[in-house]
Amino acid sequence: MSEFKHEVRRRLAHLNLEAVREASIVEEVALHLQDRYQDLLAQGSTAQDARLAVFSELNESDLLARELRRVMRPVPADAAAPGAPAYGGLLASLGKDLRYGARALRLNPGFSVVAVLSLALGVGANTAIFQLLDAVRLRLLPVRNPNELVEVRIPTLKGRTGHFNGDREVLSNPLWEQIRDQQQAFSGILAWSNTQFNLATGGEARWARGMYVSGDFFNVLGLRPVRGRVFSAADDQHGCGSPGAVISYAFWQREYGAQTSAVGTTLRLQGHPLEVVGVAPAGFLGMDVGHSFDVAVPLCAEQLILGERNIFARRDGWWLASIGRLKPGWTREKATSQLESISPGVFQATLPSSYNPARSKNYLAAKLGAFPAGTGTSNLREEYENPLWLLLAIAGTVLLIACANLANLMLARASARERETAVRLALGASRLRLLQQLLAESVLLAVTGAAAGALLAQLLTRVLISFLSTQSSEVFLDLNLDWRVFAFTSGLAVVSCLLFGLAPALRATRTSPAAAMKAGGRGNLGTPERFGLRRGLVISQVALSLVLVVGAFLFVRTFQNLVTLDAGFQQSGVLVTYLDLAPLNLPMQNRIPFKKDLLEHVRAVPGVLAAAEASVVPVTGDWWNDTVHTGVSGEEVRDSSYFNLVSPGFFRTMGTELVEGRDLNYSDSVNSPPVAVVNETFVHKFIKGIDPLGKTFHVEDAPGKPEPVYEIVGVVKDTKYRDLHDLPTPIAYVAANQATDPHLQPAFLIRSDLSLDMLRLSVGRAIREVNPAIGFQFNVLKTQIRDTIVRERLMASLSGYFGFLASVLATIGLYGVISYMAVRRRSEIGIRMALGADRGRVLAMMMREAAVLLAIGLGIGAVLALLTAKAAGSFLFGLRARDPGTLALAIASLAAVALAASYLPALRAARLDPLEALREE
Amino acid sequence: MANTNLNRELKRGSAELLILSLVEARPRHGYEMSKLIEMRSGGAVRFNVASLYPLLYRLEKRGWIEGRWVDKADQRRRRYYRLTRQGRKVLSAQRSTWQNFVAAVHRITEMENV
Repeated sequence: MSEFKHEVRRRLAHLNLEAVREASIVEEVALHLQDRYQDLLAQGSTAQDARLAVFSELNESDLLARELRRVMRPVPADAAAPGAPAYGGLLASLGKDLRYGARALRLNPGFSVVAVLSLALGVGANTAIFQLLDAVRLRLLPVRNPNELVEVRIPTLKGRTGHFNGDREVLSNPLWEQIRDQQQAFSGILAWSNTQFNLATGGEARWARGMYVSGDFFNVLGLRPVRGRVFSAADDQHGCGSPGAVISYAFWQREYGAQTSAVGTTLRLQGHPLEVVGVAPAGFLGMDVGHSFDVAVPLCAEQLILGERNIFARRDGWWLASIGRLKPGWTREKATSQLESISPGVFQATLPSSYNPARSKNYLAAKLGAFPAGTGTSNLREEYENPLWLLLAIAGTVLLIACANLANLMLARASARERETAVRLALGASRLRLLQQLLAESVLLAVTGAAAGALLAQLLTRVLISFLSTQSSEVFLDLNLDWRVFAFTSGLAVVSCLLFGLAPALRATRTSPAAAMKAGGRGNLGTPERFGLRRGLVISQVALSLVLVVGAFLFVRTFQNLVTLDAGFQQSGVLVTYLDLAPLNLPMQNRIPFKKDLLEHVRAVPGVLAAAEASVVPVTGDWWNDTVHTGVSGEEVRDSSYFNLVSPGFFRTMGTELVEGRDLNYSDSVNSPPVAVVNETFVHKFIKGIDPLGKTFHVEDAPGKPEPVYEIVGVVKDTKYRDLHDLPTPIAYVAANQATDPHLQPAFLIRSDLSLDMLRLSVGRAIREVNPAIGFQFNVLKTQIRDTIVRERLMASLSGYFGFLASVLATIGLYGVISYMAVRRRSEIGIRMALGADRGRVLAMMMREAAVLLAIGLGIGAVLALLTAKAAGSFLFGLRARDPGTLALAIASLAAVALAASYLPALRAARLDPLEALREE
Repeated sequence: MANTNLNRELKRGSAELLILSLVEARPRHGYEMSKLIEMRSGGAVRFNVASLYPLLYRLEKRGWIEGRWVDKADQRRRRYYRLTRQGRKVLSAQRSTWQNFVAAVHRITEMENV
């Protein structure tokens, strides 16, 4: 046979065919000749005659080579010549490699689809989260030269009291005016406050997002109106009455259909008419990242719109934030020192008269400072920045695991093509060229996966945002792709390609050709180092998955803890009704009777089990506190306590248990001594164990004014007041009917077993019957409370999905490695079974292998989980980050799933027919 | 001499048809095909390696047949060729052309004798 091969090869040598092809042809033709030879022998010829006859076929004057030349095309010199330059036609060779890679992927649709999908998921998730981070944290405001902007804050002033409005209550108006007039660091300075305006007059409220802005607001930011004009300093003067409103571009499109005639029309804000004077440019959503605005009015309009409740002139009214544009050549540090130098004068001029000596001292010592503000201010950012970074880390880990899976698959395929690669190397192909060809597939996969992932990310981001939006506040973010997101996605593509493509390709080209040839047609599947890499990959997959699964369990349990905790009251079945009685212009003495009457009407609605008034709705972020002191049992205790102004029946409505004494009732009026019901923590803190009923406490007020004294008539169980995360704090409930300054915006809490949608209709009707000018808005208490734990819900859901995904990927990886191992050891298994091992022994052997890999992975994972636990610590509630129970549960579930997945290939191996296995050898 | 030339022409014209029809029923390897041709034609038509394999490779390049190395138990590995879908179409076209041609020739030559 070898003689025939030699002859055939000799005749084809000058054709310069590609090495592999030539080898194939030589083998085929030689085989044919061999068969012919055997047949001739069988027919009776002598060996010599047969040989002559066979060779005569070949000797027909070069016919074979001639014919072959017509069919084949010789390969260009560079592929076979050693030391040929790598350049010269680099692009052409790249194109060829990519086409070749594309063909290889097309021929393996199953693998390609799975690979692209897992990459798309990984890249998509990462990009979505990064896009959010970019919009929330990194993107600059769409205004002129945002890098010149700095925010003016008072970092040293703690323990302020007074009235707080808006969501960034840094300065009072007197303070703002002082800073505006005395600062020298800024070419322009502005102030604003976020608020809501009710566009409806009477009946159910229709809210627009509002902003109070200083006169120069738009000018300092360099924003030009799209229609009409924007404010100037002349618009923002004290006592301005009704100066006009600037509406946002989005509001203009929504409410006015983008008609030019919008300018000059009248808007009603809280019932007050204002003229629309201009439209702000598109893309400007306000100063607060994550929120947008609809209507902006000058600061001075606050007096008009809030009426009685305005805090415009109050020195203890905190509602404004301020940003300035640095003068050319000024740095933030220089601005800070200038602000510090004017601080004493500024604070002296604005000291609130109600402050006692200790508090006044604190106030006068405060210092102003300048802080970077190019990215705007954001409560959204403060709440979500850290969770988003953590989620990005989690998503990145999932991508790593997916890449490990792909790397394993690529390693397997490289193994299968080992022989071809070795032959080509032996014939002198440049290693670099081969590497290039092998990488082409990985590049294609990475690019396709990344592109699909980028598309997927657009969808995912929108899903994430809808997650973050709540009943009361929608999230608005500018999601246009910018260069950072694009760079991030491309970077991911490159990194993943390197991760899963490079190592297998390098491995493949490093094979020694002799070793590859020796292993016969099946390739050298089983070198120890090669398999070690695959094992290592699976172990790292298992380890990383465990970390993610532990994290997922921690966050899910946190969320569960929050959702199921006892808040001290019944959350379900309560409708919150926010009322606005200001339009009724009730004289002071009529207010309490009117509210009582209104409450009675609401209680009379069919289906209402109980109803009560409150000034603070629990766990919605509202709060009110004051300093309390007692003289009980010898020691004076002076500390702050939360307060709530409530009507009789409040505790019944909320389902809070009365522990001692009585509820407030209607005999507690303005003519009887002030009474209060307190909670258990209040008793522990201020009354210190003795019987609280009948004891009194004082509430601190401005120096010189008499302090209100309350008598304790009842004690209730502790409840959450401001937030579900609260530790027990003292709360005092005082009677709304005894208020000297009755609220015109009370909240009614209504408990019913009717569906809350039906309830809205009947209660709305009842309110309108009393007076159609009353403004109202309905919220569901349970939903409102749930909205305060959106962050935990986000972490629980997303980490849950990622943990699940990671486990699936790691399980697939383990399954793959065990199957592969079963194939590799077929002959060994066959021999064992032939020698008497039964199925059970084989099964145990395979499962032991799986268990070892799993154990090592889980061990490493457990250590990693304990180390990284700190990162999650601040997001947890009700459990420690290194909770052993959670770790154990995670290990058990991951182990169970992975072992189950390994069982299948192990079973297949055990069912092997030993004869077949041995025959293949 | 004339005979050999004619034979060669005929062979060339029908070679593709022969090969395609041989692999229609099932895949075959090169030597098997050459033996079948020799046997079924009673020795009239013979392919040797120099003409067979270039032809096979040509047909393979056109996508009419597909070759694969196959390992069978207790045999050397061989390259088997099978008919592709496109090849099937070509085969039926060539077959009908050939039949029409033969029929036409037959009519012409027989007519003269009538």
